[in-house]
Amino acid sequence: MADKPDAAELKEYSEAADAWFKENTVRDPGFMLPLTFMEVSTDEQFDFLREWQRKVYEAGYLGASWPKEYGGGGLHTDFQRAATRAMKKYDAPIMLNAIGNGWAGPLILDLGSEEQKQTYIKGMLNAEDIWCQGFSEPEHGSDLGNAQLKAVKEGDEYVLNGSKIWTSLGDRAKYMILLARTDFEAENKYKGLSFFLNPMKIDGISTSRIKKLTGEYGFVQTFFTDARISADCLFGGEGNGWSMAMKTLEYERGAKVKPVGGYFVKELDVMQIVELAKNSMRNGKPLLDDPVMRDKMTQYMIDIQALNLNNTRRRMPQLMQDKPMGLPLMNKLARTELIRELTEFSLGFQGTKAGYYVGDENAVDDGYWHRSYLNSFSATIGGGTSEIQRNIVAEHALGLPKTR
Amino acid sequence: MDNLGNIGTTEEQIELMDVATNFCRDKSPVEKVRALIDDDLGYDPEIWREVGELGWLAIAIPEAHGGVGLSMAEVVPIAEQMGRNLMSTPFGMTTLAAQALLAGGTEAQQAAWLPKISEGMAATLALREDHGDWDLAHVDCAGTHSGDSIALAGKKQLVLWADSAELIIASVMIDDRLRFALIERSALPEGALRREEIIDETARSYELNLDGVSVPDSALLDADRGREIIEKVELAAGLIHAAEMTGGAQAVIDYTLEYLKTRKQFDKIIGSYQALKHPTVNNYVEYEKARTHLYSAAFSWGEQGRGEVAVRMAAAQAHDSYSQAADRSIQFHGGFGFTHDCDAQLHRRKAIMSGALIGDAPYQRSKLAGLLFD
Ligand SMILES: Cc1cc2nc3c(=O)[nH]c(=O)nc-3n(C[C@H](O)[C@H](O)[C@H](O)COP(=O)(O)OP(=O)(O)OC[C@H]3O[C@@H](n4cnc5c(N)ncnc54)[C@H](O)[C@@H]3O)c2cc1C
Repeated sequence: MADKPDAAELKEYSEAADAWFKENTVRDPGFMLPLTFMEVSTDEQFDFLREWQRKVYEAGYLGASWPKEYGGGGLHTDFQRAATRAMKKYDAPIMLNAIGNGWAGPLILDLGSEEQKQTYIKGMLNAEDIWCQGFSEPEHGSDLGNAQLKAVKEGDEYVLNGSKIWTSLGDRAKYMILLARTDFEAENKYKGLSFFLNPMKIDGISTSRIKKLTGEYGFVQTFFTDARISADCLFGGEGNGWSMAMKTLEYERGAKVKPVGGYFVKELDVMQIVELAKNSMRNGKPLLDDPVMRDKMTQYMIDIQALNLNNTRRRMPQLMQDKPMGLPLMNKLARTELIRELTEFSLGFQGTKAGYYVGDENAVDDGYWHRSYLNSFSATIGGGTSEIQRNIVAEHALGLPKTR
Repeated sequence: MDNLGNIGTTEEQIELMDVATNFCRDKSPVEKVRALIDDDLGYDPEIWREVGELGWLAIAIPEAHGGVGLSMAEVVPIAEQMGRNLMSTPFGMTTLAAQALLAGGTEAQQAAWLPKISEGMAATLALREDHGDWDLAHVDCAGTHSGDSIALAGKKQLVLWADSAELIIASVMIDDRLRFALIERSALPEGALRREEIIDETARSYELNLDGVSVPDSALLDADRGREIIEKVELAAGLIHAAEMTGGAQAVIDYTLEYLKTRKQFDKIIGSYQALKHPTVNNYVEYEKARTHLYSAAFSWGEQGRGEVAVRMAAAQAHDSYSQAADRSIQFHGGFGFTHDCDAQLHRRKAIMSGALIGDAPYQRSKLAGLLFD
């Protein structure tokens, strides 16, 4: 890794980043921007976010700490952190290519061949190549190890048959990280799996859009019918699919980070909720005069502050000695559950207005809170459910026996 | 929100954390904790002497008064490990008494007492009264001038370790002002202290009858710094108890995990049942939040505004996490959990005691709400 910068260098970089985001951030393009990468619904949203990511990358504020030879900036991670801070400060839109930059990219940088790094990394950084993830199947979500999509080797090709579901960005993606079964006779379900960097725009692969609970689109079902891909697409060797998938999930669930920059999911701004509470009425008085609401609101402030500081504490080995995997593994669980509870709570602030949804002129904050609450489930279900995440924390951080 | 603190550590904190972890673990195994329950004194005088020798009472006292010149931030890792090992001594109360002297003592009072405390003398505070209010400014005990001295009247409750303390600092109303009187225990009349039955069997507490006690004028802390003293003592107490409770929460979770990993029912290790596993994870998550808040409170200590927010957040989170973890621990130990032999109850009781002393989580939140929203 590049050298740790001195304070002056970092300061200069931070100021430049600040100035850039101040100048270039468009907060309101005239249509509703997605709060997470899983919510990209319309062409308008997609095109805007893709262009935004390209622009941030070209300015040097995305992938700043990734290796230079593959398109990154080759700088120390402190620089990227500074850039991301600037993005947050100016409330910049999210980064679109989450699966590429967040999990496939780090995986390829960790374990890919020189050629794979040359082929894939730059295209994901500049959003030229959108990535999706084909793990879940209609019958097998949490029980990922049971994936049944068939990949049969014929000569120097694999022939794919089966279906993946809830594929975020599946209809927009050029590549998919794909978990498929290459060996139906293997001694256990995990050993029969293989992992592919699969091209999406080929014959035999089609997608159909799925409407989400919010009323929008954002993910698809993906169908494979005798789709033929080159054997070179295999990643990590035949039979190693489970281990590749688990390594991917370490990034997805936040247990490991190779910070590419930006954020894929908009963080909830505490002040926004406080403002909402301040402007809400209860029995003719401001809601924050109601002792029960005050108490709950305060507890949420305590929770949010703890989770924000946990992120800093994670990087302080002295305060992590007891159960080193604890904070990294619990992060996804705690944060996503908190956001769900908090956004639900905020609906109650609105009194009669809680009845309005996005699109009505009477909706509070254009329906932002309703949309946030409904969307919050994307994170408590996607990427492994909270229940599965509790099993993981229990088994890997606390050492409890496996649930069978 | 700009009155929220940050997190960080000092080198001294980390060093003390290492030393305190080993010391408290070695000197306070749970068998010993249990043996001390029936002991009159309630702690091992040998350990108390060592605590003094280690210089732990001197940490947050300025060098000019024989102290080490650090701050309450560095007291945190020690209190945390004491709480983790249920190690009882007058450490917390003595530290708080020193903070009161620092906040409102005259030069002469500080010079008289702080060096002694630095060397290992025990002291305590007498702040609670029969009305049960957590508001430290709510004081009914009174002092009236008579010549060069002040005659005190009323009863103080929950005066921890009063029989060991050489100095007791009591809050009283004098001429309608909140004042603090330095009382030497050796000067107390026979029978002024009555041992109380308290829920935390590992601590000792006394009711102090002030009737018939008088102190010279020179034994009153600064009249103009009453507010400062209250604020300082309240925050320092919040921080110390948050540290003890956070350590306690860690211990009770580990204790529960041990059981969940060994006890079998229906031919399975009970820790594999999600009905026990998931709430244990929830409690663990809450504990980690408490520890993060604790070190944030230590880090933000001394910062105007932020310090108080951070300390109250830490206290609220620690009280909730400790109580809940210990409560579930009792349940998850089944029939054994209902016995005095199960350590979970030691922790459950201690959490109640801490809440009783500094104000429980809802109380801390009610104070926080004012700081955050108004
Ligand atoms: C917005 C969104 C985007 C997504 N994007 C993608 C994507 O891009 N690519 C992709 O591959 N997948 C994606 N998914 C799918 C997601 O990973 C799965 O939905 C998830 O893993 C859960 O699987 P399932 O839906 O089959 O639920 P199930 O596994 O059927 O779970 C049903 C219920 O049972 C519980 N449960 C299951 N097993 C256990 C257990 N062992 N212990 C306790 N409780 C259990 C679950 O927690 C849940 O409450 C996405 C999902 C969402 C919501």
